[in-house]
Amino acid sequence: MTAAPGRPRAGLGPADWRNLDSAAVRGIVSAAGYIPFRRLARADIRATFGAGGGAGTRSVASYDQDTTTLGVEAARLVRRGGSDGGGVPAVDALWFATANPAYLDKTNAAAIHAALRLDTATPAFDFGGALRSGIGALRAALDGRGATLVVSSDMRTGLPTSPDESAGGDGAAAILVGDDSDGPLLAEYLGAASATEEFIDRWRTPGALRSKAWEERFGETKYGPLGERAWREALAAAGIEAGDVESVVATGLHARATRALARMLGVDATRVVDDLATTVGNTGTAHAGLLLASALELATPGQVIALVGLADGVDVLIFRATDAVVRRVPARSVQSQIDEGAPVAYGTFLSWRQMVELEPPRRPEPARVSAAAAGRSEDWKFGFVGSLDEHGTPQLPPVPGARRVPMADAPATIVTFTVDRLAYSPSPPIVFAVVDFDGGGRFPVELTDVDAEKVAIGDRVEMTFRRLSTADGIHNYFWKARPIPGASEGE
Amino acid sequence: MGSHGIKDRVAIVGMGCTRFGERFDCGLDDLIIEAATQTYEHAGIDRDDVDAYWFGTAQSGMSGITLARPLGLQDKPVTRVENFCATGSEALRQAAYAVASGAYDVAMAVGAEKVKDSGYAGLNAFPVPSDGTGRTLTAAAMFSMVAPAYGERYGVDEAAMREVLARIAWKNHYNGARNPLAQFRKELTTERIAGSPPVAGLLGVLDCAGVADGAAAAIVVRAEDARRYTDRPVFVKALSFVAGNGSGLGDPDYDYTHFPEVAVSARDAYAQAGITDPRAELAMAEVHDCFTPTELVLMEDLGFSARGKAWEDVLAGVFDLDGALPVNPDGGLKSFGHPVGASGLRMFYECWLQLRGEAPPERRIVGERSLALTHNLGGYPGEMVSFVGIVGNQPG
Repeated sequence: MTAAPGRPRAGLGPADWRNLDSAAVRGIVSAAGYIPFRRLARADIRATFGAGGGAGTRSVASYDQDTTTLGVEAARLVRRGGSDGGGVPAVDALWFATANPAYLDKTNAAAIHAALRLDTATPAFDFGGALRSGIGALRAALDGRGATLVVSSDMRTGLPTSPDESAGGDGAAAILVGDDSDGPLLAEYLGAASATEEFIDRWRTPGALRSKAWEERFGETKYGPLGERAWREALAAAGIEAGDVESVVATGLHARATRALARMLGVDATRVVDDLATTVGNTGTAHAGLLLASALELATPGQVIALVGLADGVDVLIFRATDAVVRRVPARSVQSQIDEGAPVAYGTFLSWRQMVELEPPRRPEPARVSAAAAGRSEDWKFGFVGSLDEHGTPQLPPVPGARRVPMADAPATIVTFTVDRLAYSPSPPIVFAVVDFDGGGRFPVELTDVDAEKVAIGDRVEMTFRRLSTADGIHNYFWKARPIPGASEGE
Repeated sequence: MGSHGIKDRVAIVGMGCTRFGERFDCGLDDLIIEAATQTYEHAGIDRDDVDAYWFGTAQSGMSGITLARPLGLQDKPVTRVENFCATGSEALRQAAYAVASGAYDVAMAVGAEKVKDSGYAGLNAFPVPSDGTGRTLTAAAMFSMVAPAYGERYGVDEAAMREVLARIAWKNHYNGARNPLAQFRKELTTERIAGSPPVAGLLGVLDCAGVADGAAAAIVVRAEDARRYTDRPVFVKALSFVAGNGSGLGDPDYDYTHFPEVAVSARDAYAQAGITDPRAELAMAEVHDCFTPTELVLMEDLGFSARGKAWEDVLAGVFDLDGALPVNPDGGLKSFGHPVGASGLRMFYECWLQLRGEAPPERRIVGERSLALTHNLGGYPGEMVSFVGIVGNQPG
């Protein structure tokens, strides 16, 4: 099938929306990327199997993370990193996109919604399945209305030694899209265009551990013309020339086609930003958002940024950074997260991704969560909301009837800790600590993103949303503590 | 209001205890029958002479029927009791109170547990449907946090602490080697204990109680009736129980160097029994040495040592078989393992033997003292139940 003839599908520019909603300027209110803590050195793959691998590192989500929890971390960062530190912007809708959902049927965005403690009236929707859903959700939000938090997340791997294994990455991005009335915009949305065609490039059947891809050259012949067309129409929609674009963010899992398209855009190669391939890897559904967030952290006022995504077609979104980009201090920049990663052994990586199964401790696996019990404690389980005692000291877990206090963003200090080599864990041993929160409250809690031999009393920790275990297909989400990146140990 | 106790109103007139260990040859019913049969024989009665039964098991069965079936009880009231690792003690406490109340003439407490049938290392809690936010740590890990905290507070460095903990396990293995009912009957060097494979924190495998099956039982009657059953009854002096409310886990002032529930139950028990100086007045104590740091801290919570001094007393041999106050002369949980429902009654069994002069000579405690203490806890630092019982071989 081809598009109906005679009616060019030009992109929509903001002018079209201004006609409907006269004064509003639409764009990006806030943006953040989340890169999990662990890094796999690609050389370790070749060292193990004599094949595969490559140079650099890729990001690795921990055994207790999935695309939902990665998304929560990105969304927490975007909400902490408001434009000018002026409070948390309102969210009218939460959209979540991933090609690697923790659940089918069940809405994964609901857990993110709960972890962010969004209002019950705020809808949470999944854009599931396809890699393109990440940039697609972003474009739909930009073309839509209201303050829409677009969270995209992915965990990419393949069979050991495969290109997908080494080139893939794990990560998430959260982009808060809104009008200038929703908060000072970091970037105005100038326009977009998409080109779509059905062809077989990359595919995965539900439940499969890995994707498959057709030989590269065929896809390259498809992406080139589609990309040129979308690019041309997006520039027209934005009312700019290729030469006006100062920063091109191009991403697609078809690396060869992505590189080729970037060369065809008429933009100097120096303006094509680093796609983080050597440090993070390609985070699939999340990568457009992650690179956009990174680009905004580096942008200068007035800079025109073009986001180009290749996935079963090509999407081009064009933005212009505002003065707010220099005023804004990211809660945790993409670059700082890249710098703070720590290595994971290849064997551990393989076990975390279920490519190999390690001998578990001889302890019973956790029972499945009770839906009724979890439903009663949504505030605590998903939002880490405690209560206050009569002296105003936080109590964790909360006491029924007492005044509630959100604790997820409170930093804490390790009072004492132990390493449990016997308890069941998907990745033993369990490192467990008693922590005291700044401003009061104590909680004994499991640590994560930590090396057992490096923990010390006095270490500073922060809360992080994790998947503790899975039983009967039900994921048990709750919070753990992790060392605060950059906080010196033992202080 | 007040905790008055039932001093000298009830006496134990018969006890039984199976060999503890990997009883793969026995089911729960076999263990129950073995312990109960011994107990009936000691008291010189049979199952029909007992008016009411309390059956302690944490998770080997449910309801009184689990006891009534193997014993073939006819129309008897049987109550199944569970109170964490203090389950066996709780069964005796209920039976003793039932007799003291006058409701029954003869009551029996039976505790039994088949831990080894689970196929897992360590004890496992029965899964209660939950929201999934509870801790999943092992007890070993929770108690392991006591060692560094104690060391920090009282200036005991890690090497010294390792020596103290090994000394506790060494003593209990020494005693257990002299007990034919113990699971482990072998003396171990402190070097081997200190070097055992790590389990949690500073603790190695040999800092932990074993995992065993077992059963124990006791028959109680009114004190004035006791000599109709035996010429050497053991009188109940105190039974105290405290269930903590878990607040220690969230209390920034709780420092993991003591167990408040234990201190409170000990104080109450000493008041019931009229004891003012336990270290001098007790002939012996059986305490809940689930992990070596637990026993260390218990010496202080039970008032055997001054705060911060138990580690020195341990090294000085105060609690050795020939020390000023022998602790765990039967070998403790360390040597017996911990079949949850049976352990509390197993502790009383050692008191029964020692106070009646029936302990074998190689571990017999000599002296004039007539009182013995048992301490049984369940749960974790900051969130535990604690039982303290005191018995004596003299009324009044």
